[in-house]
Amino acid sequence: MTATHSLEVSSLELGYGDRTVIESLDLTVPPGRITAIVGANACGKSTLLRSMSRLLAPRTGHVLLDGREVHKMPAKELARTLGLLPQSPIAPEGITVSDLVGRGRNPHQRLLSRWSREDDIAVAAALDATHTADLADRSVDELSGGQRQRVWIAMALAQQTDVLLLDEPTTFLDVSHQVEVLDLLTDLNQTRGTTIVMVLHDLNLAARYADHLIALADGKLHAAGDPAEVLTEDTVRAVFGLDSQVITDPTSGKPLMLPLGRHHVTV
Amino acid sequence: MTTSTLDAVVRSRVRRSRRRGVVIGILVALVVIAYAVNLMVGETFYTPYEIWRVILGETVPGASFTVGELRLPRATLAALAGFCFGLGGVTFQTMLRNPLASPDVIGITSGASAAAAFAIVILGLSETGVSVFAIVAGLGVAIVVYTLSFRDGVAGTRLILIGIGIAAMLDSATAYVLSQAAQWDLQQAQRWLTGSLNGATWDETVQVLVALVVLGPLLLSQARNLFMLQLGDDTAAALGVRLERTRILVIVAAVGLLAFATAATGPIAFVAFLSGPIAARIVGGAGSLLVPAGLVGALLVLVADLIGQYAFDIRYPVGVITGVLGAPYLVYLLIRTNRAGGSL
Repeated sequence: MTATHSLEVSSLELGYGDRTVIESLDLTVPPGRITAIVGANACGKSTLLRSMSRLLAPRTGHVLLDGREVHKMPAKELARTLGLLPQSPIAPEGITVSDLVGRGRNPHQRLLSRWSREDDIAVAAALDATHTADLADRSVDELSGGQRQRVWIAMALAQQTDVLLLDEPTTFLDVSHQVEVLDLLTDLNQTRGTTIVMVLHDLNLAARYADHLIALADGKLHAAGDPAEVLTEDTVRAVFGLDSQVITDPTSGKPLMLPLGRHHVTV
Repeated sequence: MTTSTLDAVVRSRVRRSRRRGVVIGILVALVVIAYAVNLMVGETFYTPYEIWRVILGETVPGASFTVGELRLPRATLAALAGFCFGLGGVTFQTMLRNPLASPDVIGITSGASAAAAFAIVILGLSETGVSVFAIVAGLGVAIVVYTLSFRDGVAGTRLILIGIGIAAMLDSATAYVLSQAAQWDLQQAQRWLTGSLNGATWDETVQVLVALVVLGPLLLSQARNLFMLQLGDDTAAALGVRLERTRILVIVAAVGLLAFATAATGPIAFVAFLSGPIAARIVGGAGSLLVPAGLVGALLVLVADLIGQYAFDIRYPVGVITGVLGAPYLVYLLIRTNRAGGSL
């Protein structure tokens, strides 16, 4: 579980129908680190993540995992190395937590193979890591938003991939659950060395939790690098069209963005 | 990982698979009982022993004809067609993640039925020809409905609405074809509009059996992928399911089963639509729904035919009875959809 994998995107162009979403994008995901992708609504963040996990074929360019094109890799082989948690996954009615988490084992199972000891262990470990073991027999429908998100992350953990992509894992969660999910992902990164790439809405949480920050604007790479270098007043203006003041967060030493709207600002 | 969690995981997995085993066992037993009752009951009652002798090929006065030539093919066709409708129905409902996306709601069985009626009434084709026509039409409708509802992916609700429209057009085409029949006969009309087992023959029964033997395993080979599709296309794909390949295999197999069954019995109303949700309710999320839904389908048709033939003064075709059962559920689902703001 400590193997590191290179994940790169080169001259990537993506789109739906005749709408182009991502244009000539090049980027490298640092292995074994946490990367956050930020940008305005509809700037192509989710599209990029979908393409990195082969759900959307590129028009031109490549997504390369360890130098191999992900769109040409066998589906299950890719799914043993790279996992994706979509923005709004669907829980079938009445499914129990342990059943849902168990489905993360799919890429490790063959057509006729029985459920193995290894599968049970992976599911149990995923439940423990996400503090959802006491929910194992509960129906997913009955859970709170925060619990449900931890269960989905448990499913992705049961997949046991070294690279994990998450599309807005904190959306619809209140602030304490947002922090809980991000802490959990950080634990995962620190204990197993899992490479994490996530799309985040909240710039400040992204700057705090990510080792590497990627800012997209209109389908193009605006800036990428250490959050302290990327999250600047200029970036916020270019990416979000918003005036702001960026200060140093006294609790973490990371950059903290304060928006300057038209009201209530006294500086 | 703690051992108590591991124990809990193993325990809940064992419980799920045990529940599934029990449910399938009970369903099989119920299908066997319903099948046996269908063979025994009628104008004359025959004992299981007499029926067994007929099955073994011995000559039993009266029973050899009544059971061997009338009740056996009828009950066997009922069970096989019901199994096909159940399998085909739950396949579409699972793939499109919507109980309304059943092949008898979105026009697939209507297409097969219209084509079968056309092939018999206008072209005068034999049984094999009729089945081929039904399959081509079923696949054609599936492709048309899918294509018309495609816009940056297929949205379930759009597909269902388009399918309902196409089904209405095809049903009126069936009615038109039937009105053109030289010797317009009510039984024939009932068969192609609501489904009926009247005049079931061994030839038809064998055709459905062959379809089930060939296409059933193909569909079951995709059971796990279908099961994963319940999590949504993106999640399933991220877990290693090849979406396009799964969809094509599953649509071809399910439409084939539905079309063969429809060519033999007509579109027995709402069996495809009801079987999946009933199976889901009793299986309770313990694994794939394919086999349980097939068994529920077989049971529905066997029981409905028994009711249709003997419960009232007049004999009703099986589709009338399943229709009476299915229609209220359709209304219930639509009301629930409305309350939930348009999504299921």
